Amino acid sequence: MTHGQAAAPVDRQTGSATQDQITAEIIASHAEQERAERASTDGREPPLTTLDFAPYRSSILRHPTKNPKLVDPETIELYSPAFGERDVAPIEADLTAQHNGEPQGEKITVSGRLLDTRGRPIPSQLIEIWQANASGRYIHQRDQHPAPLDPHFTGAGRAITGASGEYSFTTIKPGPYPWRNHQNAWRPAHIHFSVFGRAFTQRLVTQMYFPGDPLFALDPIYNSIRNQADRDRLLSRYDHDANVPEVSRALLFDIVVDGPDSTWFEDAS
Amino acid sequence: MTSTNETRLAATPGQTVGPFFHFGLNYVGMNHVVAPGSAGAVRLSGIIRDGAGEPVPDALIEIFGADADGAIPQEQGSLDPGSDAFTGFGRAATDDAGAYEFWTREPGSRARGAAFFAVTLFARGLPSHLHTRIYVPGTPLTNDALMASLSESQRETLVAIRDADGNLQHHIHLQGNRETVFLDY
Repeated sequence: MTHGQAAAPVDRQTGSATQDQITAEIIASHAEQERAERASTDGREPPLTTLDFAPYRSSILRHPTKNPKLVDPETIELYSPAFGERDVAPIEADLTAQHNGEPQGEKITVSGRLLDTRGRPIPSQLIEIWQANASGRYIHQRDQHPAPLDPHFTGAGRAITGASGEYSFTTIKPGPYPWRNHQNAWRPAHIHFSVFGRAFTQRLVTQMYFPGDPLFALDPIYNSIRNQADRDRLLSRYDHDANVPEVSRALLFDIVVDGPDSTWFEDAS
Repeated sequence: MTSTNETRLAATPGQTVGPFFHFGLNYVGMNHVVAPGSAGAVRLSGIIRDGAGEPVPDALIEIFGADADGAIPQEQGSLDPGSDAFTGFGRAATDDAGAYEFWTREPGSRARGAAFFAVTLFARGLPSHLHTRIYVPGTPLTNDALMASLSESQRETLVAIRDADGNLQHHIHLQGNRETVFLDY
């Protein structure tokens, strides 16, 4: 497992907006998008995640200003890079076993299935995760949060999905952490997920959250997803029966990738 | 997308890759799809800029390209440093100057088509990823459906430039009058 690239820490200034101002912007943006969606006549669904979402301040200069061009995917786009057992060792799925000691925090398992929107499992594909430690600190050199690092926790893992699209990680529940989007800004606890589907069109990077976090309504990143039903799809679900008794609690998180693949044209006829 | 008769599951939405992805997504040799300087290797490099023209020092760019004969790679081993299989897949994080660099093979095309790399782009400040293409200059772009649907200035944002040394350069602009054309499928 490689660590962060050598890069100077970036001391970003804290945004001047208050939490109340950001929360009001989030509510106003969601309402405006709902109005626009109802009024839309072109039949195109807006993306699940809004790219132009000013409450997330660093998006202002980075989101494309033009609508994406709708194209028929061709050749290479209809396939995914192939991954397999030679790419990932099984131990990489246990983030609590990468050092010579137990990490601090609550041990959890995060398991689920990788599926496409037709419900077909996606086997033999790569899932990568990364996260903060139990104190809300990333090992990354650019993280300036003064919470302690954990010598027994890096916070990065990989897995290859099984025949039914299943995966399972053992890790530590990450802590929430402050960031500088606005005054008193805190991210809800989350685990970053990167997955490959059946086609490059299905590539997805997202974040998994924990049920009941009081920071949800306050967070511009979580709320860059405009519909509550879609935001809810990023919540893991506690499954008591899947716990490892005396060891770890279990969270379930299924991931559904969307986008045409090489079987699309055959099936669409 | 056309659906057939079966139940459809709702898709999982994307979220930003954030600023701290390097320790989770980096792997040894990730931007060397082939060994630099090896037979048939070409360098593909460029700078990613934001709407103020500033370089984006925390972007992640991925490419997936066909082999020189147009064949679509389906070999495993991108993450295996001991593998020399051509997987077609590469990943590069931009440096402090917003620059990325790959060493790979120049994709060929089947039939009369244009040749391009499929590209995904991630960054702090991008609420979800972007799709685009990088076309290989000199391939028959006029037969390409996407190219044919774009204006001249839009086409220029998608075609790499060949250096005097034969390598490829391609800059990406997230905003501005040279804003790269991004794709939806």
